[in-house]
Amino acid sequence: MTEHIDRVRTYVLVFAVLIALTVLTTAVAFVDLGPFSVVVALAIAVCKMLLVALFFMHMRHSTRLTRLVVLGGLLWLIILILLSLTDFATRTWVGVPGR
Amino acid sequence: MITAALQEREHYLNASYGIKSWLLTKDHKRIGLLYLATITLFFFLGGAFATLIRIELLTPQGDLVSSETYNKLFTMHGVAMVFFFLIPAIPATLGNFFLPLMIGARDLAFPRINLLSWYLLVIGGLLSLYAMLAGGVDTGWTFYTPYSTSYSNTWVIATALGIFVAGFSSILTGLNFIVTVHRMRAPGMTWFRLPLFVWSTYATSVIQVLGTPVLAVTIILLFCERVFHLGIFDPTRGGDPVLFQHLFWFYSHPAVYIMVLPAMGVISELVSVYSRKPVFGYHFVAFASVAIAVLGFLVWGHHLFVSTQSLYAGLVFSFLSYFVAIPSAIKVFNWTATLYKGSISYDTPMLYAFGFIGLFTIGGLTGLFVAALGFDVHVTDTYFVVAHFHYIMVGGTIMAYLGGLHYWWPKMTGRMYPEGWAKLSALVIFLGFNLTFFPQFVLGYLGMPRRYHVYPPEFQVLHVLSTAGASVLAVGYVIPMIYFIWSLRYGKVAGANPWGATGLEWKTASPPPAHNFDETPIVTHEAYDYRAVMGEVEVG
Ligand code: HEM
Ligand SMILES: [Cu+2]
Repeated sequence: MTEHIDRVRTYVLVFAVLIALTVLTTAVAFVDLGPFSVVVALAIAVCKMLLVALFFMHMRHSTRLTRLVVLGGLLWLIILILLSLTDFATRTWVGVPGR
Repeated sequence: MITAALQEREHYLNASYGIKSWLLTKDHKRIGLLYLATITLFFFLGGAFATLIRIELLTPQGDLVSSETYNKLFTMHGVAMVFFFLIPAIPATLGNFFLPLMIGARDLAFPRINLLSWYLLVIGGLLSLYAMLAGGVDTGWTFYTPYSTSYSNTWVIATALGIFVAGFSSILTGLNFIVTVHRMRAPGMTWFRLPLFVWSTYATSVIQVLGTPVLAVTIILLFCERVFHLGIFDPTRGGDPVLFQHLFWFYSHPAVYIMVLPAMGVISELVSVYSRKPVFGYHFVAFASVAIAVLGFLVWGHHLFVSTQSLYAGLVFSFLSYFVAIPSAIKVFNWTATLYKGSISYDTPMLYAFGFIGLFTIGGLTGLFVAALGFDVHVTDTYFVVAHFHYIMVGGTIMAYLGGLHYWWPKMTGRMYPEGWAKLSALVIFLGFNLTFFPQFVLGYLGMPRRYHVYPPEFQVLHVLSTAGASVLAVGYVIPMIYFIWSLRYGKVAGANPWGATGLEWKTASPPPAHNFDETPIVTHEAYDYRAVMGEVEVG
C-alpha cells in the first residue's frame, strides 16, 4: 500500500467546497421547486459524499480491495432502497385499501 | 508430573495475574473468555424470563402475572437472548478465541478494538439491564412502531440505546475478523485451505458490517420520533409504520444468519473431525456461506406479509426467500455426505452436531412453510412461527455453540470435561428441546397466537407439555455449567490434540501460549487432510 498524502491546500479547498454546498442546500430550501427540491437536495448530498469519500477518506489512492468495500456498501444501500420501493411503489396496484 | 509440567509452562492464563490483567488484556483468547462470561450471564437472565413465561402458560387463565408484566417478560426474554446472547455467542467467544489460532496468526488485526468491542457489549448490556430493572419494556423484541414510539410508556429508549451500543460491538468485531482473515493468514494458508469455520465466520462478519449500521439508523429514527416527535413512522404525523418494519427486518433477517452461519461453521469442523474425513464438497460449503450472507439480505419482506406491505412486494419477497434454502440445503447434504463411509465416533461434540443437523433441518424447512405467502397468512404471529425460529436458534445455534464449546474446551482450558456427564446432558437437552418446541408447532397450527398469556382451555395440554419440556431443557443447560467449572480443577489434563484433529489450533499447546504459536506455522495441506496428517497425530 503506497501512502499518498495530499497537500494541505487540497484539504482546505475541499472543506470550503463542502461548506459552500451546505450553504447552497439551505438556500435552495427556501426556493419552492415542487417535487424537485428533494432531487436537488439529494444531488448536492451525493456530491458532498463523493468529495468526502474521494479526498478525506483517500478513496482516490486506495487499493482495489478498499474500493470494493466501498462499492459493497453502496450496493447494499441500493438493495435497501430498491426492495423497500417494490413495496411503496406498488401499494396501490390492487384497488383494495390497505392492499 | 504432568500437572507440574502444566503449571510450569507459561500459557495465556498464567502469563499475568490480577483483575487488571484481564480488564486491560489485548489477548484475543482472554477477550474470548470475557465474552464467554458475559453472554453466559445474559443466557441465564433470558432463561429466567423464559421460565416465568412457561410457568404462566401452564394454565389458560392469566394467573401468575398481569398482561403488562407478561408483555415485558417476552420482550426482555427476546432482547436478552437475541442481542446479548445469540448474536455475540459463537463469533465473539469461539470466533475470537479460535479464528486467529485457526489461521496461524498471533492475534486479531486490531487487538485494542477487540477489547473495545467487549466493553461496548458490556455497556450496551448494562443499559438494557438498567431498563429491565427500572421497569422493563413491553414492545416485543421487534419494537414495532407506532406502538414503540407513541403509545408504550415503558423503557423503550434505554433498551434501544443498549442495543444500539451493542450493535457497534458487533460491527467492530466483524471488521476485525474481516481484516484478520485478509491480512494475518500464516504462510501457505490460502483461502481454500481455510477451515470452514473461518469461512462461515468471515461471511458472518460481512453481514455484521453491512447490516448492523441499518439497525443503528433505525434506532436513531425511533429515538427521533419518540423523543422529538418527528413524524417518521407514526401515520398520524405523516409517517409510515411499515417503513420501520422494512428497516428493522433489513437488519434482523440477515441477523438470523449472523446467529446461524457461525453455528454451521462449527458443525463443519465437528462433522469432519469425528468422521475423520475432509468435509465433502469443501468449496461448495465455503461458497454456500457467502451465498447465504448475500441472499439473506434480499428476503426481509417475508416478515411483512400481513402488514400493509404491497401484495406485489410480498410475492417478490416470498419468491426470493426460497433461494436461501439452496445454500442451506447444500450444507446439510454435504455434512451428511461427509459421514458416508467415515470412521464415526460418538463423542459429545458429535452428538451436538447430529442434534444440530436434524433440528436445523426442521427449522429451515418450516422456514419455507412460513415463506409461502398463502400459508403464512394463516400461521403468522402464532406459535408456529415461535417454534420455527426456536428450532433454528435454540435447536440449531445453541446446539452448535455447546458442541463447539465441548470440542474446544480442552484447548481453551487444558482440561477435559467429563465425557459421561456431557453425553447425558446432550441427550437431556435434545429430548427437552423437542418436548418444549414440537408441541408449539401443533399449537400454532391450531391457532394459538403468540404473545398472549390467556388462551382457550383446549390448548392447555400442549402448553403443559411444552412447559414440562422447558424444565427438562433447563436441567440440561445447568449440568454443563457445573461440570465445566468442575473440570477446570479436576478434569483430566488434555494433550495438545486430544481429538487427533488437523486444524492449526491443535498444533499448539493446550492452553496455548500468550502469543499462540512458538514458531509461525507453515501450512502445506488442505484443511481436514486426515490422510496426510494421520501419521504425525498423537492421539490421547
Ligand atoms: C436459518 C436461520 C433462521 C433463523 C435464525 C430464523 C429466525 C426467525 C425469527 C427470529 C423469526 C421471527 C421473527 C418475529 O416475528 O419475531 C422468523 C420468522 C420467519 N422466518 Fe425464519 N429464521 C431462519 C431461517 C429461515 C428461512 C430459511 C426462511 C425461509 C426461507 C425463514 C422464513 C421466515 C419467515 C417467512 C418468517 C416470518 C413468519 C411470520 O412472522 O409469519 N426463516 N425466523
Ligand atoms: Cu426472515
